Amino acid sequence: MSYAAQKLAEEKVFKDPVHRYIHVRDQVIWDLINSREVQRLRRIKQLGTSYLVFHGAEHSRFNHSLGVYEIVRRIVDDIFHERPAWDESERLVVLCAALLHDLGHGPFSHSFEKVFHVDHEEFTREILLGDTEVNGILLKVAADFPKKVAEVIAKTYPNKQVVSLISSQIDADRMDYLQRDAYYTGVSYGHFDMERILRVMRPVEDQVVIKSSGMHAVEDYIMSRYQMYWQVYFHPVARSAEVILRKILQRAKELSESGYKFEQPPTHFMAFFNRSFNLKDYLALDEGVLMTYFQLWMTERDPILSDLSDRFVNRRLFQYVDFDPGKDYRKLGELSQLFRKAGIDPDYYLIDDSTSDLPYDFYRPGEEEERLPIHLLMPTNEIKELSRSSQIVDAISGKRRTDYKLYFPAELLIDGKKKAVKQQILQMLREGGV
Amino acid sequence: MLQEHAKIVDFISLAEGVTGRKKLQKMIYILKKMGVPFQEKYEFHIYGPYSEELTARIEELCDMGFLSEKLEDKGSYVQYNYSVTAEGVEFRDALGKSVLANSLQATKLNEKSSRFLELTATLLYFDHLERSEQIEKLHIVKGKLNFTEEEISQAFEFIEELAVLM
Repeated sequence: MSYAAQKLAEEKVFKDPVHRYIHVRDQVIWDLINSREVQRLRRIKQLGTSYLVFHGAEHSRFNHSLGVYEIVRRIVDDIFHERPAWDESERLVVLCAALLHDLGHGPFSHSFEKVFHVDHEEFTREILLGDTEVNGILLKVAADFPKKVAEVIAKTYPNKQVVSLISSQIDADRMDYLQRDAYYTGVSYGHFDMERILRVMRPVEDQVVIKSSGMHAVEDYIMSRYQMYWQVYFHPVARSAEVILRKILQRAKELSESGYKFEQPPTHFMAFFNRSFNLKDYLALDEGVLMTYFQLWMTERDPILSDLSDRFVNRRLFQYVDFDPGKDYRKLGELSQLFRKAGIDPDYYLIDDSTSDLPYDFYRPGEEEERLPIHLLMPTNEIKELSRSSQIVDAISGKRRTDYKLYFPAELLIDGKKKAVKQQILQMLREGGV
Repeated sequence: MLQEHAKIVDFISLAEGVTGRKKLQKMIYILKKMGVPFQEKYEFHIYGPYSEELTARIEELCDMGFLSEKLEDKGSYVQYNYSVTAEGVEFRDALGKSVLANSLQATKLNEKSSRFLELTATLLYFDHLERSEQIEKLHIVKGKLNFTEEEISQAFEFIEELAVLM
């Protein structure tokens, strides 16, 4: 029997708080789960810094990857099985892509990517195609199998139904993370009737559509997505922690570039500071490693690096005020100058942050051929974009929602030195004059 | 601070307005691939390279009053037209220099159809491949659009033309 067709002697099950059980029968999937690169995902949190706001949000990308795999497994084994529009030979490639879709994520990956200009998708590709345990397992299926899995994840695979299951406006990735993040943060949003959505999914030509009878279940999903964005993903305090994290990495990088001698050599970071990193350097990092450095940097001589590290480790976060750049972008410049006069470096202590800086998005029907929207399959077999039929979706997707905040260390502005200028800063911030 | 927003305003101003979000997406992607320092992160989608970050940034710029957005209902979809407001011009001028080496880059891109820009952006997405593989990949991911050999040659020529302006 070929490796691709091999089944485990007995089905393995993982107990899961979101999907109850995750079922594994395929030898390939079992071997992939046990690979070093997939196990590494246990050491990377799904929600980055959100655990500093929602203390339960310590779940990892490993949990999420298993969850996405399980959703796709249910779709292809229970819903799409024997439907003429679905190609059964795609089963294994889509299951592997579901399990491996987040493989290239690094520690606190959003901030890490911004500071070091790396791309987790590129690392996913390198792990799939490079000298790794995952690549060795995929190669046992077929010589071109690693490339196929990489193409599905990169969304360049010829079969668009396969791509849609992993990455679209209503895909297994989003369906898992919304429910999982809701469960672990403890919020009451994020729940929707996934079983119903799965039952009304249909493969049609080059996409996956939803039978119109399932429109209300999809409305519920869109509402959950909307609520989770505002209540969890765009939470202003979690963004404060993210801002500090980004500034720690930026400071360490700038110090290294300026020739600063760290008391403890930042060995794990050197290849990133020098832009000479390779896959091995990247895989050596996880959140445990980063947190260890942040602990060490709390006692560094550089006052900015030590202060920012202490803020992150001990959760002494920045305060924030709402900020309207349309009216006040000039005042931001004035405020920067006042920070300098007060002896506080605005590059590290006065940070503007907007929702476009975050890696989450709302449902938008968009323009024709801009991005594939959610399509309903009408009883007449006509395909119709969701917001054209649903008043609820039309109402929330048509409204523009943006949020800008200005982050700053409030307690540094009330200590004794340079009182007058600090008072001036505080007054500007309190008046909403920025 | 807000420099990335200012770069987008500057581009739309130099292009003298842009008709269509898809077109805007592809133009910024093409320039980014040619080395212009736009920071928006792109991923491949069914219709080619797409940046959610750019979509969100455009919404923010409209919200700030620096861009004007006009919607045109085309029946089964809506088309979005963007232009820079007087406040947008002031904002752009206040936040520093243009990142485009030559304003012709913007006008040349804007003269092209969204179909042609989709073709060009997709070829650039696969620019790590040999030319024959690039074309093969284009036909796989964009099979339905039936790009002709002539169109593909024109796209490669256009990339070279833009490179000269960099």
